[in-house]
Amino acid sequence: MSRRRNLGLVLGLSLLGVVVVIAVLAPILFKTGADELGQRFAPPSADHWLGTDAAGHDVLLRSLVATRLTLLMTVAATAIAVALGVLLGTSVWLMPRRLRELCLRAIDAMVAFPGLLLALVVAAVLGAGGSSAVIAIGVAGIPYFARLTGNLAAKVSQREFVSTARLLGVSPVRIAFRHLLPNMSEPLLVLSASTFAGTLTAISALSFVGLGVQSPSYDWGKLLNEALPSLLADRPFQLVGPAVLIVVTGLAAVLIGDGLAAAANPRAARTAAGGASTRRTSQGTPRDGYLVDVQELSIEYDGKQLVKGISFGIRQGEILGIVGESGSGKTLTAMALAQLLPDGLISNATRMTLGDLDLLGPVPPGLMAQTVGLVYQDPGSTFNPALRMGTQLTEVLRTHRRLGAQAARRRIIDALGTVRLSKPEQRMKQHPHELSGGMRQRAMIAAALATEPRLIIADEPTTALDVTVQAEILRELKRLNSEFGTSIMVISHDIGVVRALCHRVIVMYQGKAVEEIEAAHLTVASAQHSYTKALLEATPELTLENSHG
Amino acid sequence: MAHAAVAEHRSTSPWLHFAVRRLIGLAAIFLVLLVVSFLIVQLIPGDPAAGLAGANADLADIERIRHQLGLDQPLWQRFIDYAGGVLSGDLGTSFMYRQPVLTIIENRLPFTATIALAGIAIVLLVAIPLGMLIGVLTQGGRRKWLDTGFGFVTGFLDSVPGYVMATFLVVMFALGIGVLPLFPPAYTPRFGSASFVLPIAAIVIGPICTVSRVVRRETAVVLGNDYQRTAHGWRLPAWKRYIKWALPNLLTSTLTVSGLVLTGLIGGAVVIESVFALPGLGSGIIKAILDRDYPVIQAMVIVIGMIAALINLLVDILLGLIDERTLGGSHVSA
Repeated sequence: MSRRRNLGLVLGLSLLGVVVVIAVLAPILFKTGADELGQRFAPPSADHWLGTDAAGHDVLLRSLVATRLTLLMTVAATAIAVALGVLLGTSVWLMPRRLRELCLRAIDAMVAFPGLLLALVVAAVLGAGGSSAVIAIGVAGIPYFARLTGNLAAKVSQREFVSTARLLGVSPVRIAFRHLLPNMSEPLLVLSASTFAGTLTAISALSFVGLGVQSPSYDWGKLLNEALPSLLADRPFQLVGPAVLIVVTGLAAVLIGDGLAAAANPRAARTAAGGASTRRTSQGTPRDGYLVDVQELSIEYDGKQLVKGISFGIRQGEILGIVGESGSGKTLTAMALAQLLPDGLISNATRMTLGDLDLLGPVPPGLMAQTVGLVYQDPGSTFNPALRMGTQLTEVLRTHRRLGAQAARRRIIDALGTVRLSKPEQRMKQHPHELSGGMRQRAMIAAALATEPRLIIADEPTTALDVTVQAEILRELKRLNSEFGTSIMVISHDIGVVRALCHRVIVMYQGKAVEEIEAAHLTVASAQHSYTKALLEATPELTLENSHG
Repeated sequence: MAHAAVAEHRSTSPWLHFAVRRLIGLAAIFLVLLVVSFLIVQLIPGDPAAGLAGANADLADIERIRHQLGLDQPLWQRFIDYAGGVLSGDLGTSFMYRQPVLTIIENRLPFTATIALAGIAIVLLVAIPLGMLIGVLTQGGRRKWLDTGFGFVTGFLDSVPGYVMATFLVVMFALGIGVLPLFPPAYTPRFGSASFVLPIAAIVIGPICTVSRVVRRETAVVLGNDYQRTAHGWRLPAWKRYIKWALPNLLTSTLTVSGLVLTGLIGGAVVIESVFALPGLGSGIIKAILDRDYPVIQAMVIVIGMIAALINLLVDILLGLIDERTLGGSHVSA
């Protein structure tokens, strides 16, 4: 992956190198040749590889000679945009807050306008010509660069060393030069490369429409402009020289920009192996009395074993807790049971059944949805922010129970009532962000209940919630369990939560179940494994019975 | 339920706030454009009247133009006259054509509007499905070759400027090897709508590549979100997870990022009109700058600027329709 990106950078730099060499040498070597007049509109030949133009100039030589002027103009305009943009963007950040807000709004408004319009305004004032084109395109690029610099400066200035410098009374200008700019140089370099590409296109565009370089000078845009009548007169080869050079130079700048960005931001390539988990059928002998029966479940990723042969069962109507630190494999275990392992993870087990369903083999999605209900950790992100609660919650029933919109709505409103969510009708019309975390988690539990599953898997259901809300949600799960007899599997890193909620607890450590114990016996004295003891010693008491309500 | 209060704080419709705020915004933009277009003439180096009259003009000519432009009056008086004229629909008379600027604008506006609006529609209609398809097909690091190929092709096409693409298309299709129908490479009223095919194609290819790359990246981000896992956990079928769950979220981030690309399309339209000799605002303003036809330039700066502002507004309205939460801000400052 990184080799490919570096290849892009190398390719970009070498392309640009070739163009720069042409820019340096071509005017020296070919200037006289390019000015020589020959036969007009000659087709490509050994003498004139790309033919001649309306005046009889060699098109190829003129394209090569034009490289220098084009590059110089592009560099100049880029320099204007970058230098003034950085200056503006940085100084905006050093202004007092009110003024800064105002300036940022103004810059935003300017960015929203096509730069070309600003360039045309400048060109209208200064008149057509090469230098006015440079100024026009350079000025037009300032707002964009100022905004990007402003955004970068905003990020950097929130870092500690900048606030420290500010507290120490270092002058704003000094902060800008000593702290802000050096820390923004890498992204600014990347942006400069892409600005260069845009500037090249824009300057050539101005020359192309006749507002840029004027005769007798010529850049690539001007050559394209001269070639246009030939194109319409069926002599396309006159265009080839300037068109190819513009594209190649632009491509070089883009490749360099991408390559620099990749080098500055080396993200480890994710080599997720494709392919689903290996599916087989359960073979191990069933254990009596268990709704869920998992034997020798192991999960591996990229050859590394994350879960190392765990066996457990969940009885009908039982709440089983799985507790352990992050990375202990508890969530993976639950996700394997729910057939929701992420791509690239491979699970193996001798037996994994839920009632009469064999979870090692394929299970129809509808059946699966009505067998296992899921409650996730962060209710802030489990709901789709773009859809109303009602739309999302009814989807399961409409998809898998084939209920109509109205019937599904009624069922969900009932379920919301069951989990004691206030004003269920109104909630259905709201978006997730209009509900609190606790309300969303109740809604999630309601969605899980709505299909009347045999097992609810709750993965850290209270971790993201306030302590008081935590207790409410735990109470809710416990009540549903005793009222409906639904089996629940609770994953948590919090032994207090597990002890308060569960009947039985499995402690996982580094991919293994190190202890299985009745929740009532979960005390330092009765725990066998040292890790369990350590967990218990670090946990304050929390019991639902004692909390209010 | 201590948290019930959270939901009730939005009393007035967010759309009303949005409408009021954006109308004020449009008015402000109009005012800025008015000032900028006014300043164009004032900032011309040297004596604008002498410059406008040309090298062969005598003193009387210069005086006449000076008076015609109101240059013999104080600056604020000139601005008030100018603003009053614009607001009452009097955009002045073209130096070149001796006809009201308003007529010129009315004749040329449809061409530019057609190209720009059709271009935007095509960019969105092609780029979003394309980028999403690639994003879905390559999720989780699958189909590396497709990802690489897509990145390379779009990256290359993206670095071809619209006007070069235009010439290339003309060579391929219009002059054609006889394989494809001959589109007119330059505008002729006889061909009507067929005249727009190549110009639009030329300006949309680059933006399609840019936007579809954004969509492809955003697809990867959206598909990695928790709510997609929720949909998976509810065992919703694939099309529902992609179309109903992912697409709305994708659209908000995509439109937010590519709003600028769409406004940039106006700039592309301005240049492309020159390639195909389309009698639109773009070729009009360029010709006016070359002719130093200032009343036309001023009016066209205002009109093109307002078109850009309206496109920005359109993007924000689209965003608001998809997700009301976005009404609070603008895609530009997001």
